[in-house]
Amino acid sequence: MVYLPSNVSKLFSSNQELNIVQFLLFFNRTSIKYICVVKYLKMKDAKNLELEAIFQQKIDDDIKIEPNDWMPDAYRKSLIRQISQHAHSEVVGMLPEGNWITRAPNLRRKAVLLAKVQDEAGHGLYLYSAAETLGADREQTIDDLHSGKAKYSSIFNYPTLTWADMGAIGWLVDGAAIMNQVPLCRCSYGPYARAMIRVCKEESFHQRQGFEVINKLAEGTPEQKEMAQDALNRFWWPALMMFGPSDDDSSHTEQSMRWKIKRNTNDELRQMFVDVTVPQAESIGLTVPDPHIKWNEAKDGYDFGPIDWDEFWQVVGGNGPCNKERVDARRKAKEDGKWVVEAAMAFADKRNAKKTA
Amino acid sequence: MNKSKGWPLWEVFIRSKQGLNHKHVGSLRASDATMAIKNARDVYTRRAEGISIWVVPSNNITASDPNNEDSLFEPSQTKVYRHPTFYDVPDGISHM
Repeated sequence: MVYLPSNVSKLFSSNQELNIVQFLLFFNRTSIKYICVVKYLKMKDAKNLELEAIFQQKIDDDIKIEPNDWMPDAYRKSLIRQISQHAHSEVVGMLPEGNWITRAPNLRRKAVLLAKVQDEAGHGLYLYSAAETLGADREQTIDDLHSGKAKYSSIFNYPTLTWADMGAIGWLVDGAAIMNQVPLCRCSYGPYARAMIRVCKEESFHQRQGFEVINKLAEGTPEQKEMAQDALNRFWWPALMMFGPSDDDSSHTEQSMRWKIKRNTNDELRQMFVDVTVPQAESIGLTVPDPHIKWNEAKDGYDFGPIDWDEFWQVVGGNGPCNKERVDARRKAKEDGKWVVEAAMAFADKRNAKKTA
Repeated sequence: MNKSKGWPLWEVFIRSKQGLNHKHVGSLRASDATMAIKNARDVYTRRAEGISIWVVPSNNITASDPNNEDSLFEPSQTKVYRHPTFYDVPDGISHM
């Protein structure tokens, strides 16, 4: 009989099977190689199915997944996509507001805006770290943003034309972000959930300062009130689009919910946002720019008009008013800062060399 | 995991107030330990979350393998007699 190395003989469960294999091997070496490969792949599949079942059980039992735990490749990929997109949104989100730091109407507003923009940088950093725990390379992740391969929230591709936009962004954009992020605090992936808890704690100051800005303008002169209404008009629909495509067109929602990455569908969150925001606008004398807004007793929520999905897909596809400007600004920041990154590393290397010498 | 050619990764631990232990809060990138402390202050303690920071290069951390957790922690699960509730205390006995 032909000798089989133990790692090959292990693949065959019964003696009978092993005898057949040895018999075949005696006559034909190619066919046995083929059998071994098929058998090995089958075993690997079975092992993966078993691991996947254990994984899904953990998810169903609300046990968090941590970086070194086994997870399906698709879960890892899906999380890296979502977390890095989220990180990019925080970082690109600094640009429209940064536009107004030097022109804030007084020192208090300036200090507040500066603190808010600094928070956004921090949120980006928590999230890049969370993506790194999944094996994503940070520099590659950032380069994907710069090459246009990775997306970020389409809301930041709209320009900030007046000071009132700082109010509208804090109130509506951060408000929508909170709606999205609160359920993410219970996300099945530990590092992402923990980052979200930190982010949510800080985000409510962002929303309140924005509402304060818009409220002050709304109770000011007729011109100031008009400025507030104009900002609401321009940011209302893009804010509703922040929740992503409608459930029927959302390719990731179903699987993400099964994995408890997402806890609510896009449309559910959008409805919640409309329900809390419409009365806020009314209470400060502003009007949401949608003639279809109407309280619907039966569903205990507001009906609202159709969203212009054409516009949404255009902006996501890179054709929004500021897409190019935003990515160019990020790319320039990395290129201009490259020498600092290198100099700091060279300095650290030199000092470490001295220490060991 | 530490593939970036840029700055190395650091794990950040923060003591939130005197009397409590340092707790892991996340990670960040910095060229050296001094910068890691400064960045940790900016990233993780913007709202008085801490009074002391530790930073440790991530690649200096050795972790237990989650695949072996059952066998690694088995001894701590099979010894019920390590818990006070294992023992019967007769009625009328107090301060125990």
